[in-house]
Amino acid sequence: MESTLADRYTVDRPELVTRLRAVLPTNALLAEEEAMRPYDCDGLTAFRQLPLLVALPENEAQAQAILRICHDLRAPVVPRGAATGLSGGATPHPDGVLVSLAKLKKIIAVDPLARTAIVQPGVRNLAVSEAAAPYGLYYAPDPSSQIACTIGGNVAENAGGVHCLKYGLTVHNVLRVRGLTIAGDIVEFGNAALDAPGYDLLALLNGSEGLLAMITEVTVRLTPKPELAQVVIASFDDVRKAGDAVASIIAAGIIPAGLEMMDKKATHAVEPYVNAGYDLEAEAILLCESDGTPEEVAEEIGRMRAVIEKSGAAGIRVSQNEAERLRFWAGRKAAFPAVGRLTPDYLCMDGTIPRRRLAEMLEAINALSIKYALRCANVFHAGDGNLHPLIMYDANQPGELDRATAFGAEILELSVRFGGTITGEHGVGVEKIMLMAEQFSLAEIDTFHRLKAAFDEHGLLNPGKGVPTLARCREYTQARAGTAAASARP
Amino acid sequence: MDALLDDWVGRIRETAARGGKLAIRGGGSKAFYGGSESGEPFAVGDYQGIVAYEPTELVVTARAGTRLADLAATLAEKGQWLPFEPPLFGPQATVGGMLACGLSGPRRQAMGAVRDFVLGVRLLDGRGELLSFGGQVMKNVAGYDVPRLLAGSLGTLGVILEVSLKVLPRPVAECSLRLAIDEAAALQQLNRWGGRPLPISASAWHDGVLTLRLSGAAAAVAAAQRTLAGELLDDAVAAAFWQSLREQEHAFFAGEGPLWRLGLPSVAPPQALGPTLIEWGGAQRWLRGGEAAAIREAAAKAGGHATLFRGDATLKAAAGVFQPLSEPLATIHRKLKQAFDPQGIFNPGRMYPDL
Repeated sequence: MESTLADRYTVDRPELVTRLRAVLPTNALLAEEEAMRPYDCDGLTAFRQLPLLVALPENEAQAQAILRICHDLRAPVVPRGAATGLSGGATPHPDGVLVSLAKLKKIIAVDPLARTAIVQPGVRNLAVSEAAAPYGLYYAPDPSSQIACTIGGNVAENAGGVHCLKYGLTVHNVLRVRGLTIAGDIVEFGNAALDAPGYDLLALLNGSEGLLAMITEVTVRLTPKPELAQVVIASFDDVRKAGDAVASIIAAGIIPAGLEMMDKKATHAVEPYVNAGYDLEAEAILLCESDGTPEEVAEEIGRMRAVIEKSGAAGIRVSQNEAERLRFWAGRKAAFPAVGRLTPDYLCMDGTIPRRRLAEMLEAINALSIKYALRCANVFHAGDGNLHPLIMYDANQPGELDRATAFGAEILELSVRFGGTITGEHGVGVEKIMLMAEQFSLAEIDTFHRLKAAFDEHGLLNPGKGVPTLARCREYTQARAGTAAASARP
Repeated sequence: MDALLDDWVGRIRETAARGGKLAIRGGGSKAFYGGSESGEPFAVGDYQGIVAYEPTELVVTARAGTRLADLAATLAEKGQWLPFEPPLFGPQATVGGMLACGLSGPRRQAMGAVRDFVLGVRLLDGRGELLSFGGQVMKNVAGYDVPRLLAGSLGTLGVILEVSLKVLPRPVAECSLRLAIDEAAALQQLNRWGGRPLPISASAWHDGVLTLRLSGAAAAVAAAQRTLAGELLDDAVAAAFWQSLREQEHAFFAGEGPLWRLGLPSVAPPQALGPTLIEWGGAQRWLRGGEAAAIREAAAKAGGHATLFRGDATLKAAAGVFQPLSEPLATIHRKLKQAFDPQGIFNPGRMYPDL
């Protein structure tokens, strides 16, 4: 579908092209439809939109020049990394310049003593860990897309991963961001110390979805690689038991390095794809990882095992070597592409709920799956309550996308009602923008707009993403009230 | 409690309308920190109580006036705690003040700061609007991260009403070691050890002596103790030592002279600015006395910043409490302040003179 949420801007395209050409190398500006087509969407492929222009700066100075011109001409700017994002945070704006930061991909420095790396925004997540590996260090946040996704995008979305219960999200692992305001001013958020004077703007920038500043350099914190990691894989004949096992592990004072759950539909999707060795009889499986020194891991695995056995697991296995551990994880990490093989299209939801509501949520999702006549597989960052239902549909079948969208919206409304949030790590983007009105009051939405204006007075950086306009919130709330009133009538 | 909030909303609106100022005060334990208080006293310490605590969710929600000591006692019953060891600086310290001041104790080097553990807040802004941001779940990227923005904002953005925090289980085992070593060698060692998977949860160097605390699984602590060697401290002595750092009761902090806090890259060399106590693996350095301009310049040159943590009003006014901001950052600060507090009624001058 075309993105319909972006307010339109009046931009003088010929003037914009002339001025951008003057500051950019020839191949750094794309203006032909054919050349721009590959940039028409990000990981949320259901939303496609051609930008007015595509710019590919090679350095910070070029990015700065682009922003100054766009600011001057009041043209929207949409920053883009590897475009693996799942919420449409990098969906182009029809009247704006899509700025790909893919060419800013230098690892500027790795400092093993300080345990930091300074990288450009287009550096891939995994490349940072690869560069740090010779020093026994790595970059802890590991989103499933880590082979492709970039650090700039990770900061913009505050990306998580399967190890964030113990090692934190992007916001916990970034020390400094250098960026450009929409007016083209260079700003340093944070520094090489553990804190900086003034408001914690570094924290604010994480997860700001490219609405506050364009990132040109990031200092990340590197973590010593644990000597050993082992994973326990447990099968359950009931998702409720699996949910209880998660609560019992935490109650026992254990913080696993990773704690993931997959339901039967998800294991059945991945098993033929990666042969992870999952128990296909199980209604749910749990992956519970321990890392540290060999002594520490032995001690913790023993405690994990005892708790999981007591929770009524039908089967328990412990990885016996690194190859087996990686195989157990491969299934979980490949869940999205594996589901992609079963269906022409799928929507990935990202609600987070208090863990104790998990069984209730999975039952509700099963009921919705019947209601909308669409299949849904569930993978779950059980440790931190972040649920990824994968709703399968076929965009070529009339009405299926609309049904999938309504299905997803109901899951997210439920997440909010359970005391959680519409998005744990994928961002609001264009996908969930109207659902913000479910989670926030008009006064809160208004505060977000005021906050944004402190960075970007004219609303030019990534407009139409993240926060809905107050007018659209009112329309949404009225429409919802109308639906509720209609369904309440006898 | 709702009647109390209604009163506060009325008072905020009335104050904003007549151009007044409010000095927000919880327990008053950290009144010394930041620029001096100005405006009419606005006491919020009575808004108390733990609203929700679910140990298996690792989340607690408390009203801002809740005494930190009471919160710690509740968490301890379930074997949990706030792992960033927030300093109290007095029994009356509150949860709201902890978030507003954003201070963390010795364990910060391993576990993170207040800002790393705050998940949600409710607050009243400068227009008297009751706002809620974040929530009670660990992963949440809906909307801008206002809860973390409030950490260390010194009450300049609004009246914090309620705070949700991630909590963690206490480590199974802990021990402390002591080694004789000079400053440069200690910094070098701390950074080397930092790059290895050792369970160092706190470190302090002062006057030729380095003290380390190890925390974690029993096996890991025992193994690290063998690796690091050093003299093993008696548990009670060790506990008292770390407590004396957290609460600044250590002899280093005694006396009236100014106390500077330097936040530096952990690898920054010795600064030779005066009597020094180093924490956080080299990232936090306390300094007694010294000349303000020289300290600020040295901190900036090393890639960090200097805070006049304790000092008399005259020195604070002359030197400023916090390292000055670059012009683009200062502009964003002024606009953010205006976004939350358009009439500038909350804690004027507590962070920077123009906020």
